[in-house]
Amino acid sequence: MYNGFAIVAGLVIFFAMLTAPFALGTMTKQYKEPELKLPKNEKECIESTEYMRTNHMQLLNEWRDWALRDGKRTYINHKGKEFTISLQNTCLKCHTSKADFCDKCHNDAGVSPYCWDCHIQPEGLK
Amino acid sequence: MKNSRRTFIKLAGIAAAGLALAPRKGLAAEGHEPVKVNATAIHAKHWAMVIDTTKLNTAEAINKLAAACHHDHNVPHIEGKQEVKWLWHDTYPHTFPEQENPHMAEEVHERVFPLLCNHCQNPPCVRVCPTKATFQRPDGIVAMDYHRCIGCRYCMAGCPYGSRSFNWGDPRLGLDLGNLNPEFPTRMRGVVEKCNFCVERLAVGKLPVCVEASEGAMHFGDLMDPDSEVRKVLREKFTIRRKPSAGTEPSVYYII
Ligand code: SF4
Ligand code: SF4
Ligand code: SF4
Repeated sequence: MYNGFAIVAGLVIFFAMLTAPFALGTMTKQYKEPELKLPKNEKECIESTEYMRTNHMQLLNEWRDWALRDGKRTYINHKGKEFTISLQNTCLKCHTSKADFCDKCHNDAGVSPYCWDCHIQPEGLK
Repeated sequence: MKNSRRTFIKLAGIAAAGLALAPRKGLAAEGHEPVKVNATAIHAKHWAMVIDTTKLNTAEAINKLAAACHHDHNVPHIEGKQEVKWLWHDTYPHTFPEQENPHMAEEVHERVFPLLCNHCQNPPCVRVCPTKATFQRPDGIVAMDYHRCIGCRYCMAGCPYGSRSFNWGDPRLGLDLGNLNPEFPTRMRGVVEKCNFCVERLAVGKLPVCVEASEGAMHFGDLMDPDSEVRKVLREKFTIRRKPSAGTEPSVYYII
């Protein structure tokens, strides 16, 4: 094998770099999922908890285009149930506190989506 | 090691360098498009409005409609040059500058006229918008997607009717926070806003706020349907539109 040492060394360095954050990450503080305040009257979100956890941002992104640009404002979920597409009038009717629901994860993840520059949080504007 | 933002960024940098060498794989597309139009929505091939200025022609009456519209859409109240408006009023010479004559009926000349976005059939604002934040829906409504507006104000320069307002400051500062419509969003600073022909109401089967509040002085309906209410009044009454020479083909008609 030509340049065998260089290739193997290169591969070792490549994988060391790629896995460094995971290796070092496990040595540091463990991430704990924040405790969310879930809606009182509803057991299920428009999709499964798992789906919402991983996909709510894509879903909201699609929702805004469907409602605003395509004029389609009824969403049919994976089980065939229908919902009105509206952050303000569907999501926030169940999730009645931005502070106790949205902010919990967003703060931990260090993201501040600008939804709230326009949409009115359920607590109202102050 | 301390779990600080700095360490995280360092590690992320190393990982990114690693990933730059790795082959790319596209995200799998979802594929399913589970949406449809609201069952209660009302439809038209081309929405249009006819305003009867023999019935609606005082500042007082128009201000009442503007207040209803502005409350429903959380339009801020700002005095002076930075005013934001969806529905307002002006004099005959300002409304119809090309359609004046020196001896016209005084009564008509003295009326004030309700103004709003004309939802032009051939809208220059849409043509000049570089981001397509302003776009025309298949039913003729010229809509704003505030998520995508970059605030360049080309559309304001393009609109011959001054139908658009720019949010120079935080529009929420001009709102009565105790009396918001919680069903409709506000806008952020740095976007352009205007009348949306109440698309959010048409989607649930309601007519525009101003039309409902006008007590019969405003008609709303499908311009392409010969049996619609707007076509009926257009057939029976003499109407004019604003600035015909601009060639924008407004969808708002005025009975004189
Ligand atoms: S009135 Fe102005 S803003 Fe409205 S559609 Fe026509 S050009 Fe565009
Ligand atoms: S201000 Fe916004 S809507 Fe107007 S032209 Fe620029 S991007 Fe388009
Ligand atoms: S149609 Fe709706 S948005 Fe436009 S001026 Fe009338 S009430 Fe306001």
